[in-house]
Amino acid sequence: MTMLEIKNLQVSVEDKQILKGINLSVSSGEVHAVMGPNGSGKSTLAQVIAGRDTFEVTAGSVTYFGKDLLELAPEERACEGIFLAFQYPVEIPGVSNLYFLRAAVNAARKHRGEDELDAIDFMEIAKKKMASLGMDNQMVSRAVNVGFSGGEKKRNEIFQMALLEPKLAILDETDSGLDIDALKTVADGVNALRGPERAIVVVTHYQRLLNYIVPDFVHVLADGKVVRSGDKSLALELEDKGYGWLGNGARPELAVRA
Amino acid sequence: MSSTSDLDVLTSQDYKYGFVTDIEAESAPPGLNEDIIRWISAKKEEPGFLLEWRLKAFRHWMTMVEPTWPNVHYPPIDYQAISYYSAPKSKKDGPKSLDEVDPELLETYEKLGIPLNEREALAGVAVDAVFDSVSVATTFKGRLEEMGVIFCSFSEAVKEHPELVEKYLGTVVPFTDNFFATLNSAVFSDGSFCYVPKGVRCPMELSTYFRINAANTGQFERTLIVADEGSYVSYLEGCTAPMRDENQLHAAVVELVALDNAQIKYSTVQNWYPGDKDGKGGIYNFVTKRGACRGVNSKISWTQVETGSAITWKYPSCILIGDNSIGEFYAVAVPNNRQQADTGTKMIHLGKNTKSTIISKGVSAGRSSNTYRGLVKIQKGAQGARNFSQCDSMLMGDKCGAHTFPYLEARNPTAQVEHEATTSKIGEDQIFYCNQRGIPTEDAMSMIVNGFCKEVFRELPMEFAVEAQKLLGVSLEGSVG
Ligand SMILES: Nc1ncnc2c1ncn2[C@@H]1O[C@H](COP(=O)(O)OP(=O)(O)OP(=O)(O)O)[C@@H](O)[C@H]1O
Ligand SMILES: [Mg+2]
Repeated sequence: MTMLEIKNLQVSVEDKQILKGINLSVSSGEVHAVMGPNGSGKSTLAQVIAGRDTFEVTAGSVTYFGKDLLELAPEERACEGIFLAFQYPVEIPGVSNLYFLRAAVNAARKHRGEDELDAIDFMEIAKKKMASLGMDNQMVSRAVNVGFSGGEKKRNEIFQMALLEPKLAILDETDSGLDIDALKTVADGVNALRGPERAIVVVTHYQRLLNYIVPDFVHVLADGKVVRSGDKSLALELEDKGYGWLGNGARPELAVRA
Repeated sequence: MSSTSDLDVLTSQDYKYGFVTDIEAESAPPGLNEDIIRWISAKKEEPGFLLEWRLKAFRHWMTMVEPTWPNVHYPPIDYQAISYYSAPKSKKDGPKSLDEVDPELLETYEKLGIPLNEREALAGVAVDAVFDSVSVATTFKGRLEEMGVIFCSFSEAVKEHPELVEKYLGTVVPFTDNFFATLNSAVFSDGSFCYVPKGVRCPMELSTYFRINAANTGQFERTLIVADEGSYVSYLEGCTAPMRDENQLHAAVVELVALDNAQIKYSTVQNWYPGDKDGKGGIYNFVTKRGACRGVNSKISWTQVETGSAITWKYPSCILIGDNSIGEFYAVAVPNNRQQADTGTKMIHLGKNTKSTIISKGVSAGRSSNTYRGLVKIQKGAQGARNFSQCDSMLMGDKCGAHTFPYLEARNPTAQVEHEATTSKIGEDQIFYCNQRGIPTEDAMSMIVNGFCKEVFRELPMEFAVEAQKLLGVSLEGSVG
């Protein structure tokens, strides 16, 4: 079933066009990888899906389970099961990670008409996820991302994802800056989430991650467009040849996928 | 979703305490002269020493001019247009027990969330309720008396314990101290008094709840707390006032005395009516608060959360006289709309190895102005004195202002002083991050502000942390560690 359908999406910031007509379709059960040079618009795409209002959608449409996604506030999108692991996770001084996460989990539960979890019930659930992701107690009770190393921040994003159990998880360079053990932990976390009901979009620069999280489709973004789509072999090819051989850009007819 | 309108949601909550109690009051006619002072003193059947003290203060006040150095702006106050005394009419000697308190008043406090009925009252908190110029009720007095703790209205203390009042009154804030303190010394009407005897750890939080009700009336209360050797007391102060279009003057004085090894923790949640969005009405809160750590190893902590008042002008201070004594100041100020706050603290180090800590958090919204002014003074004899100051400002929106004026005078070369200051904005990226996790903007802002203020909130007694949380319209649960 089609979960996310992006058609001719055009996005500007301060009159500068960044996305120039993106088409992308993601169905339940699929894993998509999005690659592409720096500044090509990968994070912009991820943030527009999540609802960041600094970006102006000037044309095109995005539907999520058939509904107009662009109508929804970011917190509604989150409650409907969209999760974005940030390329640069944000620090919130003085607010404990666990408190923050319980607020997040309870916001989604409330949205679904379920009872909110109290601190004790939540702790129990959190402990299980912590163990499976190798997060220690001390880290989850610290202030959100404050003083975390780059790798710890990424791991914390995956911890949040594991607790929120989203339907559509978008990981924006979650593998950047991770050591090899952390990379495996993150991949395990993502693979644990894989299932027929869910879809995952991983934005990455490295084929390495795709050895652990094997994608069904790989897309290449360049200058605000999807210039190439293919299966996992495309990632290997890119690693080999770089982006140059794709030429610079405007060949939307290549942006096909089944 | 624009972030300015979101800010408005959080910061423009209605003032919930703005109702007026319809009660018959006995008031002094407007104006200030020696006759009014004599009238107030006679009304309260005060001993001669106190009337003399008031008159000396008044004569001194006549020679003073209003200070202009604070970074606040208001039209001149006509001191002859204010009434200096207003009290709900009651039986001659005032209520002896809660059963005799006017039901209208009980209801007022009920509405404010401060039940005075001891069965319903917050467990572990004794309350002295001050309504306009007089104390209307004090709860749990009996239980405190068993431990030798005196907790009563100031007027009652003057009658029942004149020797203690005479011994300590004006010894921390002399009647010559400053324009508003001197005015208070001349006309103060009531307030709270507390004495904790040697070695006693006061078994419950003591609290005074100030309510201004009458129009055109100034409130001039005076609080005196004495912690004798080796004792401990935690004291809370809360304040609200009805919404009125004209400004009302509140000029209080608080004096704290801590003797050898004694500790006083003084917490304030100040929510006087701040005026409307355009700055009409609201309380002028010009208050002098000072504590003297007279004894060795004594400690005084001020913790305050201020969201109210049109103008706030106050600097709770500590004079660290005893060797090894400690002064602390933890403050959160949240001015909004056109509120103005010029607040801070003074730490005066006299004794050896005295220590002080200042943590000030300012959250400014709307068109408000927030000034932190702090003085750390280390005198010659204060060998080994240490101070740590941290002043952080958070701006919500771009129409508000925050200013920091730290002053330091160190006359002893062994002194160690550290000062840190930061200014930040609530980041759009922080709010988006919360939104992306399903947390709505309003809750996100509360969470971020709370996190910012955490170091101060955790100094508040439990019961008050809840109050502070309600005040900021936020959920503190769990975010206070
Ligand atoms: N808020 C903004 N204001 C102005 N320009 C922006 C803004 N956000 C993004 N851009 C620009 O849009 C382009 C795409 O940025 P984006 O972050 O989406 O790239 P990316 O593909 O994620 O790159 P990277 O691989 O380096 O993470 C860049 O040229 C960037 O400078
Ligand atoms: Mg990026």
